[in-house]
Amino acid sequence: MPDSISHAIPPDPAEASLGRPDPTALLHMRGISKTFPGVQALAEVDFRLLPGEVHALMGQNGAGKSTLIKVLTGVERPDAGEILLGGQPIAPGSPLEAQKLGISTVYQEVNLCPNLTVAENIHIGRFPMRLGSIDWRATNRAAEALLADLNIHIDVTLPLSLYPVAIQQMVAIARALSTDARILILDEPTSSLDDDEVARLFAAIRTLKARGMAVLFVTHFLEQTYAISDRITVLRNGRLEGEYAARDLPQLQLINKMVGRNIDASRFERTEVLPVDDSVPAFLSARGMGRRGVVQPLDLDVRPGQVLGLGGLLGSGRTETARLLFGVDRSDAGSINVQGQAHQFSSPRDAIRQGIGFCPEDRKTEGIIAELSIRENIILALQAKRGLFRYLPKKRQREIADQYIEKLGIKTPDAEKPIGQLSGGNQQKAMLARWLATDPAMLILDEPTRGIDIAAKLDIMDLVTAQCRKGMAILFISSELPEVLRVSHRLAILRDRKKVGELAGADVTEDNVYHAIASADMPAASVVANTTPGGAA
Amino acid sequence: MTHPARIRALTGHRLFWPCVTLILLCLLNTWFNPHFFHLDIRNGHLYGSVIDILNRAAPLMLVSLGMTLVIAIGGIDISVGAVVAISGAIAASLIGGTLVIQNGAPVYVTKVPMLLALLAAVGAALLCGLWNGLLVAGAGMQPIIATLILMVAGRGVAQLITGGQIITVYYEPFFFVGNGYLFGLPFGLYVAAAVLGLLLLLMHRTALGLFIEAVGINAVAARLAGLNTKALVFGIYAFCGAMAGIAGLIICSNVKSADGNNAGLLLELDAILAVTLGGTSLAGGKCSLWGSVLGALIIQTLTYAIYSMGVPPEINLVVKAVVVFAVCLAQSAAFRTMLFQRRLFQRRTGAQS
Repeated sequence: MPDSISHAIPPDPAEASLGRPDPTALLHMRGISKTFPGVQALAEVDFRLLPGEVHALMGQNGAGKSTLIKVLTGVERPDAGEILLGGQPIAPGSPLEAQKLGISTVYQEVNLCPNLTVAENIHIGRFPMRLGSIDWRATNRAAEALLADLNIHIDVTLPLSLYPVAIQQMVAIARALSTDARILILDEPTSSLDDDEVARLFAAIRTLKARGMAVLFVTHFLEQTYAISDRITVLRNGRLEGEYAARDLPQLQLINKMVGRNIDASRFERTEVLPVDDSVPAFLSARGMGRRGVVQPLDLDVRPGQVLGLGGLLGSGRTETARLLFGVDRSDAGSINVQGQAHQFSSPRDAIRQGIGFCPEDRKTEGIIAELSIRENIILALQAKRGLFRYLPKKRQREIADQYIEKLGIKTPDAEKPIGQLSGGNQQKAMLARWLATDPAMLILDEPTRGIDIAAKLDIMDLVTAQCRKGMAILFISSELPEVLRVSHRLAILRDRKKVGELAGADVTEDNVYHAIASADMPAASVVANTTPGGAA
Repeated sequence: MTHPARIRALTGHRLFWPCVTLILLCLLNTWFNPHFFHLDIRNGHLYGSVIDILNRAAPLMLVSLGMTLVIAIGGIDISVGAVVAISGAIAASLIGGTLVIQNGAPVYVTKVPMLLALLAAVGAALLCGLWNGLLVAGAGMQPIIATLILMVAGRGVAQLITGGQIITVYYEPFFFVGNGYLFGLPFGLYVAAAVLGLLLLLMHRTALGLFIEAVGINAVAARLAGLNTKALVFGIYAFCGAMAGIAGLIICSNVKSADGNNAGLLLELDAILAVTLGGTSLAGGKCSLWGSVLGALIIQTLTYAIYSMGVPPEINLVVKAVVVFAVCLAQSAAFRTMLFQRRLFQRRTGAQS
């Protein structure tokens, strides 16, 4: 621990002026500015982190959260401003330097090596040595101890890839803790965790906090922000909106500060009972569709003009079901009928030919083609449908791209920018544009709102509703139940890779969903069972 | 500098450094041989060092073009050298050739009609490519292992065809492929140009370029967007095989013989080097056809320079390696920034002291 922490802490540190050096702060970033070509990412932002606090950094996508963290962790150099750590100016030039200064980071996407063991991942680069070679026993024991701190008990000698993403996230945190960190940065650590795992993570964070560690927490989940944070800093458009004690900032006010306009809280709630008309013939109906060891045979009907939600906990088989419906994986039981015709989808092409589109859960590895332009990403599915030789002229491609950039509000200077440079929300909109351009009769949306900000979430949900009104059949998957409840006409509930019920109309409520999950005929114990290897989420 | 923006656009162009390298190598050649750029017209044909380099670079260009596409989709094909040997062996053994005097006039006779022999050779090369494609796209093998199989087996097949001998061809019309001239320029150049033209057309006037880049950057996402990734990978390996086959014909015709052991030896490495020098990343994705052509020319010009400098043959591989190393460093953006930043740093600290 540095000397500066022993300074007396004034009664309310939040009253100290942000601009001047704050002796109580463990970390003080002052007047940080950063400009990227065409974008002012940060403009004179001040940020303070006190020892022993959990501090939430909030803001929409593009507000500058990531850039601020990148500056702090040495990924980017600020154009102006200074960083004081324990009163001493620092200028980390790389993540490694930042780590040596005691600033550890766990990123949103797990940044580990899937082919190495858990213990290797935790200690890579800093193995305990004995007689000039790696002391494997010490390595494994230390890894077990670190994970035990987080209440995780797994075999650390197995490859990381055998464990679900949630466990991988915990391993990443354990790795960050193993470096004697003074500051722990958690960048959206919970976006792939279920409620139990979040609780476990929060318990670990509280332990760390009690030890005097400063935790910087970035998330899009408002409830989690309030559950864990002491203070909140809000950024908007690269500027500091303000620093608040969490208890003094009501949720709605926080949203308004992030968005910069007043948002009607009711838009997050299920405000109306969506009418269910079962007389409409289903566009797609699955009968006994399943795959051994993946999804047990189930029946689903997706009707035009209706949203079918897939409810269930993490690992309940939602994504697996979607992948079978789109032909990403082959079903080995039952049939899929599209407009009355039976089909066997052996590849996504087969499903696309029937007018189906699919936004996958993992946007980065399965959705976007990062180095291609927004234009190319948007027209890709349409071009694939047209084939190799009926090439869309560049002019027509640009028209299509511009049309969707405007219609969906994709924030970009132009369509030729590589899509990898866009924020998550805008990438997701471009993915939607890719499918809308093919004029599909049905869309499968797997976690379309994951890791994106509130405004973009609302935009995407509104878009789903609008497309549905136009008569599109939609299958909607999200781990945020309120979202599913809000948009779904009908909800199919999965548990343990099995359909356990279906709700429609007025019955679609949170209580009913949990009731259906809990009262299903199998013992309700598998939620935490993710700690066994092989249980892919 | 009156137009810094324009200069930055020029130096930032992906073909800028390959062009600089080629020009420097040409200047080096001129230093040792003042007549390097000198062109003669003899019997209506252009003669000169430059023409010689272009002619000899033609087979490498062909192989490099095929390799470019394979690398762009995230693969690699190290069997092209063996395929060159197979193609040459088939052509030579089917043509053979003797000079007979019929009615007092000399007539060249082949075992099999030449066109058929050429088609058989290219067809066999195409089959080799299909085999590679089957292993990579169908069986999901790692490209370097899949093509390693044919790289090893292919030499054996070529020797099987030639019976372990070097087959000499005695059939004048066949020599045209590797030595002939059309409108004053070597015939091989026309073949390379035609393939380049066809590929540029396909890449820019059809969706081929988009599809190849998409698969090379993110094959999973490309498949989910509805691309038939397997068919594309399969087709591109087949194309690469066919290109190696045509290159094999040119090489075989040029030396008027087929040597299962040595024809196209290490050609795969030259081709990979040419693609890399041309600015295509081995990680796949974006590729540059023109870059690979330049890369092939760089390699051939370098070889020429080493011979014209009079480097003893026993150490010319070492010299070549040193130059290749220097060229790769010079073309590496990371190295240039490192060099540039160090100099900036020195200037700054120098100003302070």
